[in-house]
Amino acid sequence: MQMQFEDIDRIAEGAAFLGTGGGGDPYMGSLLCKQAFRRYGAPTIVDVQDLDDNANVYVAAMMGAPSVMLEKLMDVRELDDAVSALERYTGKPADVILAAEMGGSNSMLPVALAAERGLPLVDGDGMGRAFPELQMVTYHVMGVNASPMAMANEHGEVVLIDARDSQQTEMKGRQMVMQMGGRAAISLYPMSGADAKRAVIGGTLTLARDIGRALLEGRAEGNAFERLLRFLRGTEYYRHAEVLFEGKITDLQRNVTGGFTQGLCEITGSNDSDTRMSIQFQNENLVAYKNGKLAAVVPDLICILDAETAAPITSESLKFGQRVKVIGASVPPIMRSQAALDVFGPQAFGLKEPFVPLETLISPSGTDIQNVAND
Amino acid sequence: MRLGIDVGGTNTDAVLMAGREVIASTKQSTTEDIATGIVNAIHEVLLTSGVLPGQIEAVMIGTTQFTNAFVERRGLNSVAAIRLSLPGCQAIPPMSEWPEDLAAAIGEQWYLTPGGYEYDGREIAPLDELDIVRVGQDIHKKGIKSIAISSVFAPVNDAMERRAADILRQHVPGCDITLSSSFGRLGLLERENAAIMNASLTGHAEKVVSSFEKALQELEIHAPFYLTQNDGTLMQAEVVRELPIMTFSSGPTNSMRGAAWLAGVSDALVVDIGGTTSDLGFLSNGFPRESSLNVDIGGVRTNFRMPDVLAIGLGGGSEVKMTAQCQIGPQSVGFRLKEKALVFGGDTLTTTDLAIAGGLADFGNQENLSALSRADVERGLSAIREKLEDAIDRMKTRPGDVDVILVGGGSILVDENLKLKGVGRVYKPEHFSVANAIGAAIAQVGGEIDKVFSYEETPRDQVLAQAKREATELAIQSGAVKASVKLLELEELPLAYLPNGAVRVRAKAIGDMAFSAN
Repeated sequence: MQMQFEDIDRIAEGAAFLGTGGGGDPYMGSLLCKQAFRRYGAPTIVDVQDLDDNANVYVAAMMGAPSVMLEKLMDVRELDDAVSALERYTGKPADVILAAEMGGSNSMLPVALAAERGLPLVDGDGMGRAFPELQMVTYHVMGVNASPMAMANEHGEVVLIDARDSQQTEMKGRQMVMQMGGRAAISLYPMSGADAKRAVIGGTLTLARDIGRALLEGRAEGNAFERLLRFLRGTEYYRHAEVLFEGKITDLQRNVTGGFTQGLCEITGSNDSDTRMSIQFQNENLVAYKNGKLAAVVPDLICILDAETAAPITSESLKFGQRVKVIGASVPPIMRSQAALDVFGPQAFGLKEPFVPLETLISPSGTDIQNVAND
Repeated sequence: MRLGIDVGGTNTDAVLMAGREVIASTKQSTTEDIATGIVNAIHEVLLTSGVLPGQIEAVMIGTTQFTNAFVERRGLNSVAAIRLSLPGCQAIPPMSEWPEDLAAAIGEQWYLTPGGYEYDGREIAPLDELDIVRVGQDIHKKGIKSIAISSVFAPVNDAMERRAADILRQHVPGCDITLSSSFGRLGLLERENAAIMNASLTGHAEKVVSSFEKALQELEIHAPFYLTQNDGTLMQAEVVRELPIMTFSSGPTNSMRGAAWLAGVSDALVVDIGGTTSDLGFLSNGFPRESSLNVDIGGVRTNFRMPDVLAIGLGGGSEVKMTAQCQIGPQSVGFRLKEKALVFGGDTLTTTDLAIAGGLADFGNQENLSALSRADVERGLSAIREKLEDAIDRMKTRPGDVDVILVGGGSILVDENLKLKGVGRVYKPEHFSVANAIGAAIAQVGGEIDKVFSYEETPRDQVLAQAKREATELAIQSGAVKASVKLLELEELPLAYLPNGAVRVRAKAIGDMAFSAN
């Protein structure tokens, strides 16, 4: 399937939603895609199950601080440098490009790279959302190593990390990204088509596009939330979707712990000022409590949107006084397995809550179960 | 004694103030040359008050001239944009996402050259001075006189932008140069856009500021004069020649601040009900609350501070449909109210008709409204109130009642004696027609910093103290009375993923201009 030029803005919008507060603003990535499409034409999207078992699949992404990317604009050339370096190291030329995350700016960059390289792009990613660390992806959960990983910056400098596992790749890469200027293009998780078939969450690129389309068209029609929920409920992955809360941001704390933006956002109800939702985030929104009771928890999606326009709001641009709606949505089953929860479930972020699926939390009987579990 | 002047597209207003007292005010037509309209307005207030030109201590001017020129693509300079970023930031060149007609209007001339900084102040690449010379020669050859320079992380260090400007001045005689570091915030593309927009307006700014000067000279007023900028603070007229876009949103800001001053409050929601829409803006501490979203101006993405204004489709000309729901607007008869509204013999039921039938105002021919039932009028007026109450609630940042200042010709739609939901006191100040000029006359001066610090190198409390001190010093440098300076904003934003505690800190201090009470 050939991508369309109009898809770019839709994917950007959908990826901002799936970013659940993190991953950076996809705007800059969308500009890169538009340029690449104009120059090289749109790339072809392939279903992961249609890949040749021996195909060489290369993941392309950007690593670093979204704030730095506001200044040091991303460039497809750097992504190309990272992929080329990894090709030289493994001795295998890339046959197909794959995204790591479908949330935030990392959804757009592989699209631009695939266009520029004239390679097909997998319709899928490793989380159907955004996460802050390299190992927080189904590729790692399914036993693919993030290493070897190549990192590149604007100087044409390349650093190769071949660490013993994905966790070690993250730790060494995180140190190196500082040296390289706060952000770097990376290519990692080199895998075969056969590996991709079991490790990739298929269909998330077209899902991001269609979420974006529902938001953009709904905004023009004045019913963005209705369109968004109706669409999400019709999907296999995000079908348990609900407005968890509506209100105004009445408290906001943000600080740096361990190299991340961590913080707490408190929202006071629009209709009833005695109701509160508090959302804890580490770049991405991790857990939401309504009046002290668990309402949604990672890896399920917790998205904060502008109450008026349904524009997704990143953690960096949350502001005191904003009127917002919070939407919760389920994630694919592969993201909720015990092995997956060990990597990006509540405990991986230091939360005490056990993982409880959103659909359990939003059903009245589920709330009772949760209360018992808390006692 | 000070003079506040508002130069709008249609009217030029002037107020003469002594301390907190309005001595005289007037409304005159804006003229093609701008100067004549200002002379007329000032002449009028001096005449009615008997005040002599020598008694004027300062003149404050608010104007929408530059915003209008940019949005209408009128009288813009050709601009050469230079980005110091190589080997980085090549993929998205300057102006590449601008509307085509706008980019064409200013010539789409850009250069990329080595330079820029990392977030921690290290150089990405040294400035290539020979390349800057080459660029300068090329600009000179093309006959371009306006230059915008941007550099990566210029808010952290602006030395390269300044050095490049020094070199260019030698090779492009008589050029105007705008540096992106003049617009403090992070975000290369948005900051660069601001610099280019500004560079496109310097020619127009020269003309407008000169005509202000000419008008004042003609009237023998030798006091310093200032222009009001986006956030309600003043800037020296000399600065406006260099940074005209800093005035971009001063219109709504002056109107809100003027309204608040007339009502005698500093924290309130200002509701300006016009013919087609109502604009709602929040004042806190006497200053407009700013929007957190990126603002498009004339189709260009910027990161300007703009007042957070909510516009809803409710005005004196809004059409009313007496369906089950009673629908108010957003369609409006607009400026044709006097021919379309029922009360003027027209065929369209408007909100003004409801207000008159409900006894809130008295003009037109009330007999034309005899077909309206009492119940329908009640229903319509309460639908108007509900629409307004909903918008007021949308602007509120905390639960509890908020005071509301109602201004504009459409304020007749609201009966201030009836309780509005979520509203404490309702003010309907008189003399609103010159609120913009009053807003200009009472503007304050401010100082602002926006920088990246490392909390591991410098403890947080020391960083915040330094930020406050620098902002305060900047405010005093700009002419604020030292004792009146206070901190308006202090914001910290950690740079995610960077483990050494890099934090972006923004601080802004404001204070009163030095004035005698008479």
